[in-house]
Amino acid sequence: MSQKPRTLFEKIWDLHVVKQREGYPDVLYIDRHFIHEVTSPQAFAGLRKRGIKVFNPSRTTATADHNVPTLNQHLPIREELSRHQVETLKKNCEEFGITMYGLGHPYQGIVHIIGPELGLTLPGMTIVCGDSHTSTHGAFGAIAFGIGTSEVEQVLATQCILQHRPKTMRIEINGKLGKGVVSKDIILYIISKISAGGATGYFVEYAGEAIRNLSMEARMTICNMSIEMGARGGLIAPDDTTFEYIKGRKYAPQGEAFEKAVEQWRQLATDEGATYDKVLQFDASDIAPMITYGTNPGMGIKVTDRIPTVEELKDINEQTSFRKSLEYMGLEPGTPLLGKPVDYVFIGSCTNARIEDLRMVASIVKGKKKAGNVEVWIVPGSKQVEAQARAEGLDKIFEEAGFQLRQPGCSACLAMNEDKIPAGKYCISTSNRNFEGRQGPKSRTFLASPLMAAAAAITGRVTDVRELV
Amino acid sequence: MSKEKFITLKSTAVPLPIENIDTDQIIPARFLKATTREGFGENLFRDWRYDSEGKPKPDFVLNDPRYKGKILVAGKNFGCGSSREHAAWALADFGFRVVVSSFFADIFKNNALNNAVLPVTVSDEFLNKALRTIEADPSTEITVDLENQTITLADGSSETFDINPYKKTCLMNGYDDIDYLLSLRDEIRNYELTHS
Repeated sequence: MSQKPRTLFEKIWDLHVVKQREGYPDVLYIDRHFIHEVTSPQAFAGLRKRGIKVFNPSRTTATADHNVPTLNQHLPIREELSRHQVETLKKNCEEFGITMYGLGHPYQGIVHIIGPELGLTLPGMTIVCGDSHTSTHGAFGAIAFGIGTSEVEQVLATQCILQHRPKTMRIEINGKLGKGVVSKDIILYIISKISAGGATGYFVEYAGEAIRNLSMEARMTICNMSIEMGARGGLIAPDDTTFEYIKGRKYAPQGEAFEKAVEQWRQLATDEGATYDKVLQFDASDIAPMITYGTNPGMGIKVTDRIPTVEELKDINEQTSFRKSLEYMGLEPGTPLLGKPVDYVFIGSCTNARIEDLRMVASIVKGKKKAGNVEVWIVPGSKQVEAQARAEGLDKIFEEAGFQLRQPGCSACLAMNEDKIPAGKYCISTSNRNFEGRQGPKSRTFLASPLMAAAAAITGRVTDVRELV
Repeated sequence: MSKEKFITLKSTAVPLPIENIDTDQIIPARFLKATTREGFGENLFRDWRYDSEGKPKPDFVLNDPRYKGKILVAGKNFGCGSSREHAAWALADFGFRVVVSSFFADIFKNNALNNAVLPVTVSDEFLNKALRTIEADPSTEITVDLENQTITLADGSSETFDINPYKKTCLMNGYDDIDYLLSLRDEIRNYELTHS
């Protein structure tokens, strides 16, 4: 069958269209649905109200992550509303026949960390979750995106979702990364170039030598933050790195079935001659360790640069928001961030709480102690990450450095639980959002890589990690 | 399940000329602990609206008695960030039926439409004009006509806006997506059988 060349995104999308009708959004079949305690209760309530069952319970997996404590998880959750929310998830999963990895289960963790580590996330799939960082799973060559609760209900009720096909964008990072520069810096760099809304309406494919050279963990960090430039999702064509990561994981195909699957997955690449609605190219050698100074993820600079001045802004309409943002952050336009004291260091979230992230941190802090002025929280992404960190002795390195190794959850990334940065305090964070109040009312966030966060933990101030490696 | 129908709306409006208003501002995460859809309006724009002791901040527009209405007019890239539908629920619960901006984040747009809150995308020029008009006269009314896809200011200046025909039909008739999807269950079963 001769067909016009297609992008990877188009191939996966086309294969999942159940129904196409003029003037209507496509009916898209969903292979994997993840749910958590915060955005699912109203969806289950909707099913009950309609008197219907879950269409295909085997395709949905649940965990508790957004609203769980990261200390003493063996005890009942103290906060009543949070406890009720987590218990509601458990009851809903029991009633509707959905597998749940709740608190205390060895597979519990942040939804976007456990999916890949359990082999539930596979190339060529369509994956949704009521969480915007579902884009993480795109690292495996899947179409993965966040949805609202009404859409969670749609998927539970019919295993399908109504979606308009987004435009496609290719972002190429060519060449090799420099010393101390990691995948978090790549994505913060891209967003700083195209802004927090620069990819709205698009689905992004990341490509180029610098992307190919990344591990799966690093690829997940990049795809994770696609939403921070407005993209519905981001994906990377699967390759041997992907297949190697998946091999032997609990729910991945095993043995002969795995070999057969790999053969199919190798077809998941953009055809020669396929076109995108937009193509952007960047040179890896221009990327440096990055840090954000403002209140959206597009407000980022190289750690050695200074904050822009009002006059340097391209869009005059942005000036009011820019001033408001810097006022919130307690920073002056035109000044550097390097050397700025920080109060907290948060290493965690679906962006950077995988084993490789923890290893990165350990590589910087081994044999050192944290600065006296900072409090450091390390929140592993899952029970499996936590166990692996302990098996490798990373917990000892953290303990000797004065870092607190907590239990898995979303934690201070969105501060729904008790893990809040106090008002007015500065936190260098490996998470994904620096919005006003995101890490607690009036908290101030600097987004950066695990290496940069580790460096700041040791010096107590914003530091160019390249001076320590 | 049928929702409230939307055809035309004529209302005063509330101006919020800030860009990149993310869903954490619309409804902060610590207020997402409820398991029902109701009551989120109380905490709409919580940290801009109230101080740390819970007292209303007089300089925030929702606390300014001059500004009322069912239309919110906001800066570019409204609703970016988290996928929380609670943001749309909070706006609807507070009483907003329309949000006007020059640019909306994708997930928010879907969530709003699923809750009979109409996102109206206008040009930067029209947005600026609307904001100036409301600020000059808070009693000015804006008319949003979904059938003709127009938004009109009191001086008669008007712009058309885009909306997907399917979503338009849903809003005008009070249908929701699940009704449509449930009608396709046999086709979906068939897809499952042929694609596993």
